[in-house]
Amino acid sequence: MSDTVKDEVRVTTPAPAAPVPAPAPRPRRRGPDTAGERGILSEFDWGRAGTRWGMRVAQGLVLVLLAVASLGPILWLARASVSTTQDTLRTPMAFWPSGIDWANLSTAWNQAQISHYFTNTVWVALGSWFVQLLVATTGGYVLAVLRPRYAPVVTAAVLATLFIPGVVVLVPLFLTVLDLPVVNASLLNTYWAVWLPAGANAFNVLLVKRFMDGLPRDVYEAARMDGAGPLRMLWSVVLPMSKPILGVVSIFAFLNAWKDFLWPQIVLPEPTLQPLSVRLPLIRDTVELDVFLAALLISMALPIVIFLVFQRLFLRGAGLGGAVKG
Amino acid sequence: MNATIRWVRGGGLSTLLLLLPLLLVFGYFAWFPIGRAVVMSFQETNLVTDPAWVGLDNFRQVLEDPLFWTSVRNTLYFTGLALLFGYPVPLVLAVVMSELRRGKGLYSALAYLPVVVPPVVAVLLWRFFYDASQTGVFNTILGWVGLGPFSWIQEASSAMPSLVLQATWANAGATVLIYLAALTGVRGDLYDAAEVDGAGLWRKVWHVTLPQLRGVLLITLILQVIATFQVFTEPYLMTNGGPQNATVTVLLQIYNYAFRFGDYGAATALSVLLALFLAVMSAVYFRLTRSWSTT
Repeated sequence: MSDTVKDEVRVTTPAPAAPVPAPAPRPRRRGPDTAGERGILSEFDWGRAGTRWGMRVAQGLVLVLLAVASLGPILWLARASVSTTQDTLRTPMAFWPSGIDWANLSTAWNQAQISHYFTNTVWVALGSWFVQLLVATTGGYVLAVLRPRYAPVVTAAVLATLFIPGVVVLVPLFLTVLDLPVVNASLLNTYWAVWLPAGANAFNVLLVKRFMDGLPRDVYEAARMDGAGPLRMLWSVVLPMSKPILGVVSIFAFLNAWKDFLWPQIVLPEPTLQPLSVRLPLIRDTVELDVFLAALLISMALPIVIFLVFQRLFLRGAGLGGAVKG
Repeated sequence: MNATIRWVRGGGLSTLLLLLPLLLVFGYFAWFPIGRAVVMSFQETNLVTDPAWVGLDNFRQVLEDPLFWTSVRNTLYFTGLALLFGYPVPLVLAVVMSELRRGKGLYSALAYLPVVVPPVVAVLLWRFFYDASQTGVFNTILGWVGLGPFSWIQEASSAMPSLVLQATWANAGATVLIYLAALTGVRGDLYDAAEVDGAGLWRKVWHVTLPQLRGVLLITLILQVIATFQVFTEPYLMTNGGPQNATVTVLLQIYNYAFRFGDYGAATALSVLLALFLAVMSAVYFRLTRSWSTT
């Protein structure tokens, strides 16, 4: 087992390490590719009409494919959620044969109590985000900047959890939440049961630690000379410099909490506390189809809006985040 | 005593306090449960009486369950199909996208969009798309070109491919972006050199691009396999293991043991078996591919 871990670590380390830039240079814009960097095709290739048109056709096809595959289902849902059940069932691919039915959205929001579960989901996501950020920043700061003697041991213990498949801890984690050792409290049916385990995310800690490892150390010396204590240094020196990585961690923490299904379903059996993802499969049988589809649309709206607003952050993070998250 | 005071004065205590959130959260919710998993797999746990040691009984029970091999077969089938659908497609997309001179942001955003859709929403939506009647969404579209109607998730033989299709839709975008990031790291001078040797487009892709990506390709392959072995939401919400147990996966079995039948020992034993299998598989994989991945 230890051998396995060592192997995997060795191979995996370069992946997250490389793309995290030092804070000083601004992340490269994803605009038009500038001269100096070249792709597979050379300037000469681009000059040839055959290659140029071939490439344009390929890229056009990919664009159409992506638009249909990615946007298609979402646009279909948007249309269906303002159509009548009849229309959606009889002619699912026609535009509004019998007019637009805006009432679905308000019925879903009010009568089907989607507003209530939406608020629950926001709570779940905000709490998970906060705990993850707290653990990752304080932990990363101690392990990367303060570096006590026992830091390598803690780092290794955190790293090790990255290689344990999540499924192993599912049941023991549930029993732990039912009866927390030492304090003897049950977190069942409280949001703490979702928030606190979310913090035990090795990937966040290592990402932040690696970023802080790359910060210039002489800044700390200067701050220490000025009489800054560890907490003050974290708050006024290290955190402001770590904004890029904290943005990436935040966005994925929030989104993953919003998407989570299995764990909230296990620890929040009380219906009034459940987030959307747990509630949606259950209300499927109790409301009409058009209202249900409207509920689906409302549930995906916020993640999509957040994605569109913070696109740059997502796309930068996905290159390093997605891989190890699995 | 003096040493303690010196330690506190030197900032040792405040360091430890700052590390406390990490130690508590990981201690309670990562390290302790991992250790407990191993112990629990040898115990009978039902939350009513005290746990009792039962040796290998849990493992025996899990392995003798008639659904065990079904779930293993189904999980392997899911993983195989997911690789078949989900491994080459993102690579092709990423290579084409990396050659874009404009609009890379638009392509990336489109590719990534399905990844931000909550899995439960996506699965429930696709479940509706897979309506087996003549007027189902997919059947309507395929009907335009004279295909179908297909029974999708209603029939044992097509249920699993349908799940994989949905899962690929939901996850491919993340892989595309990983490859795209890796492609920007391919050194331009290698292409220059290949051109000097007279290599055309395909040979450049084959002899320069792919070898330069092999580190990333090898890691995404194993990570994808590990992730697909733990597939749960799709079979649980789309088909709940049916029809005729055709989509019962290992994780669905674990869930049913624990949260339907309250048999925590058996659930943990199966989890430990799965984890051991994944660990051995990863070890073998990295040993076998070691010679290729030295970059």
